Amino acid sequence: MKLIFEKSVAGRRGLKLPVADVPRAAELPENLARKEPAGLPEVSELDLVRHYTNLSRRNFSVDTNFYPLGSCTMKYNAKIIEDTTAFFAGSHPMTPLLPGGEALTQGSLALIHGLGGLLSEITGMDEVTCQPLAGAHGEMTGIMLIAAYHRAKGNRKKYVIVPDSSHGTNPASAAMVGYEIITIPSAPYGDMDLDAFRAAMNGEVAAVMMTCPNTLGLFNPHIREICDIAHEHDALMYYDGANLNAILGKVRPGDVGFDVIHVNLHKTFGTPHGGGGPGSGPVGVKKGLIPFLPGPRVVQQDGAFALEREQPESIGRVANFFGNFGVMAKAFAYILMLGREGLIEVSEQAVLNANYMMSRLKGHFDLPYEKSCMHECVFSASRQLKNGVHAIDIAKYLIDRGYHPPTVYFPLNVKEAIMIEPTETESKETMDAFIAVMKEAAEMAEKNPAALHEAPVTMPVSRLDETKAAREQNVCFGPW
Amino acid sequence: MSFCPNTPEDVREMLAAIGAASVDELFAPIPAELRAKSFDLPEGVSEQELRRQMQELARTDRTVTPFIGGGYYDHHVPAAVDHLSGRAEFYTAYTPYQPECSQGTLQALFEYQTAICRLTGMEVSNASLYDGGTALAEAAMMALRITGRNRLLIDGSVSPFAREIVRTYLRNLDVEIVEIAPKDGAIDRNALAAHLTDRTAAVIFQNPNFFGTVEDLSDLAEAAHAKGALLVASVYPISLGLVQSPGAMGADIVVGDGQSLGNPLSFGGPSFGFIATVKKYIRNLPGRIIGETVDRNGRRGFVLTLQAREQHIKRHKATSNICSNQSLCALRGLLFLASVGREGMVELARLNRDKAEYAKGLLGKIKGVRLLNAAPTFNEFTLVLPGDAAAATERLLAKGIAAGVPLGAYYDGMANCLVVTVTEKRSRSEIDLLARELEGAL
Ligand SMILES: Cc1ncc(COP(=O)(O)O)c(C=O)c1O
Repeated sequence: MKLIFEKSVAGRRGLKLPVADVPRAAELPENLARKEPAGLPEVSELDLVRHYTNLSRRNFSVDTNFYPLGSCTMKYNAKIIEDTTAFFAGSHPMTPLLPGGEALTQGSLALIHGLGGLLSEITGMDEVTCQPLAGAHGEMTGIMLIAAYHRAKGNRKKYVIVPDSSHGTNPASAAMVGYEIITIPSAPYGDMDLDAFRAAMNGEVAAVMMTCPNTLGLFNPHIREICDIAHEHDALMYYDGANLNAILGKVRPGDVGFDVIHVNLHKTFGTPHGGGGPGSGPVGVKKGLIPFLPGPRVVQQDGAFALEREQPESIGRVANFFGNFGVMAKAFAYILMLGREGLIEVSEQAVLNANYMMSRLKGHFDLPYEKSCMHECVFSASRQLKNGVHAIDIAKYLIDRGYHPPTVYFPLNVKEAIMIEPTETESKETMDAFIAVMKEAAEMAEKNPAALHEAPVTMPVSRLDETKAAREQNVCFGPW
Repeated sequence: MSFCPNTPEDVREMLAAIGAASVDELFAPIPAELRAKSFDLPEGVSEQELRRQMQELARTDRTVTPFIGGGYYDHHVPAAVDHLSGRAEFYTAYTPYQPECSQGTLQALFEYQTAICRLTGMEVSNASLYDGGTALAEAAMMALRITGRNRLLIDGSVSPFAREIVRTYLRNLDVEIVEIAPKDGAIDRNALAAHLTDRTAAVIFQNPNFFGTVEDLSDLAEAAHAKGALLVASVYPISLGLVQSPGAMGADIVVGDGQSLGNPLSFGGPSFGFIATVKKYIRNLPGRIIGETVDRNGRRGFVLTLQAREQHIKRHKATSNICSNQSLCALRGLLFLASVGREGMVELARLNRDKAEYAKGLLGKIKGVRLLNAAPTFNEFTLVLPGDAAAATERLLAKGIAAGVPLGAYYDGMANCLVVTVTEKRSRSEIDLLARELEGAL
């Protein structure tokens, strides 16, 4: 398909602007004035609508395809929830910062405060800030809070510990805050190697970042012990709660001994992924860390909601205003709609679906960690590799059959990983149909591997040359 | 109500296939002592009830006529932006990791990168960051990486919120940040020159700045480059219809907030941050980048490229920790720019400036009121009132007018100053009313 810039015709206009009801102002001085208009497209509204409608049809999405992308929780995003956030679209975020302005934004402030309260109860934490704008941003904020805690106590800390199965953002976030990373290998049973962890733990460790169930979908039975060991060294326990789908109503990281958590509203709490964002990554903390939370904090005073102005120990803002409010509003609506029972049903059905998938596929693909899984399961295409078929080849074949592939580039500690997360919103029939195609792919790997190497053949493009893209670095259409 | 489709019969069959007696059994790996101590949440509600509750909550927000900006601007959002970004194929997709079934998102983001480059006068752009403030912090960190130096000069007329974010991001790193206090709402060039040394990684400006002042940064870019430092500029994209592009002024890294490009105010988010630079620094960019390539049959296609900079490959050595960005908001930005178009962007910027100049003329003539400086402005300007600006703002707010942002909370000695914003959405009669009411409130 042509680019919108290639469809541009000089002099063609789209949006009609209003006629000025004020006199024309004098021009800007010569040295400040733009010489040439920016080379933006010149298209009619119909050109625009047709171009992007047709582009959208070149996407797989939850609304069009089963999307069992592990670690990404591609659940259905209910339409009513999309609708309700539009009610808040017109609120200016500077309003509550004006003198007397809080009284005019009680609804929006109540929503932020209310969401924080619900997430505190769900995670077992004492307070939640909704300011972080995505999961990784929440991680960085959480590690900054931990750094502030240690600074206030006069602790000298240098390291953050992560297991090798951790999501890449964990070590990257800790490094952004200036920590050195200690990576602990996984034991043969799939969890972080407990002995290696014990050996690595020392007084200079600021935090241990974990997720439980981990990215292999396994629940670590030693988690309490790990928390205790960390706390003995005054290291804080960080929970990567990007994905709470397995534990809603079952386990609360705060009860287990974690001190800080982030959650991804765009995974567990039903807000759409938008082709890569926006997300929202609220951070929950235990009492001792509340003074360090980013400001301005939304607090309740005498029945009204207000912004706390004095937070001398705060790490400071991590975002322009109060976070990705529109995303927060969707998650708030989602939690209200599902309620206690609904959220418990989410984790039960998510875990049921993942275990079903695992049990039906395990004869056909290798299962590196043969345990019952939680909300996702990780296979390996190592058996298929003997015929030269990689996980990515299976992924591409699935595309031809109308499925978004599972995650195949992660976790890094499983060779040829195929990480499947069906989520709770998919039905048995949908999974059965997918399972049948997966089996077909396994058979083809035996009988006709060449066909898998060719896939996909039904998409607007076949496999793309990534090396050429990286070499030529053509990231902007020219000339201009 | 949990959107779970499995019937009791499905559940029985699935459990049989798994070989488990109950769903509870699947949670057996979780020891009893680790189970949730509480899960005290309200009962779920129907769709109809949810709508009612959310509507009721939203209604407790009072609407005001906004003459406020502070980084977020009340611009018109073309209807096509909502409709096209509201296509579920866009908003219910994930990050385009599988390019063959994600060409829609990938091509749109490539077009977005192109639009950002053309608007800012830069050579390369990424596919978005979180917001303008975090983009500025990322730009600062990028400059530190490129130069290998650890000192930043940041102009005090950069938004206080953005400066706070930069400080928050850098607090735990070995970086020295020097803030140059502005003079009458403009850059203090002498103070800046005194601090600029060959240890400076970057000088950081905002244009138009927090007071609304528009300045030529060319001389500052030259001065920075002479010391081997980079110039980072944060810009307000709508102003670029009229104001010289930061690229043409010599900026090395350009950032800004994309809210004004087709994203609703939405109480401060989501919007997106943009970041653009020159080609030689592309490997130092944070976040996702879309690149053009070909498929096996030679057809043009788009992929995520230079991923070796990113956390999922490089882990703690990545250029940034960012993973999810603000893709859908960036798409809205593209849709906005394509809808307004080449000539429309000039007209839209002019409309903003014309209205602001009209307001400036009226408000500046009120007895006892003067302008902070005579420098050119875009759609924001700073008034000096005869008394406390916060008190006047509060009086007007009670009448439903957000007259501006009083500066006392952000700048020492500027308690009488008020930054007034006038976008194309403010009518002449609203501006006239503001002038009358402000006069009455002094
Ligand atoms: C386990 C885990 N942690 C962290 C993240 C990062 O979240 P985000 O993409 O919102 O920054 C993700 C999402 O990809 C994840 O799956």
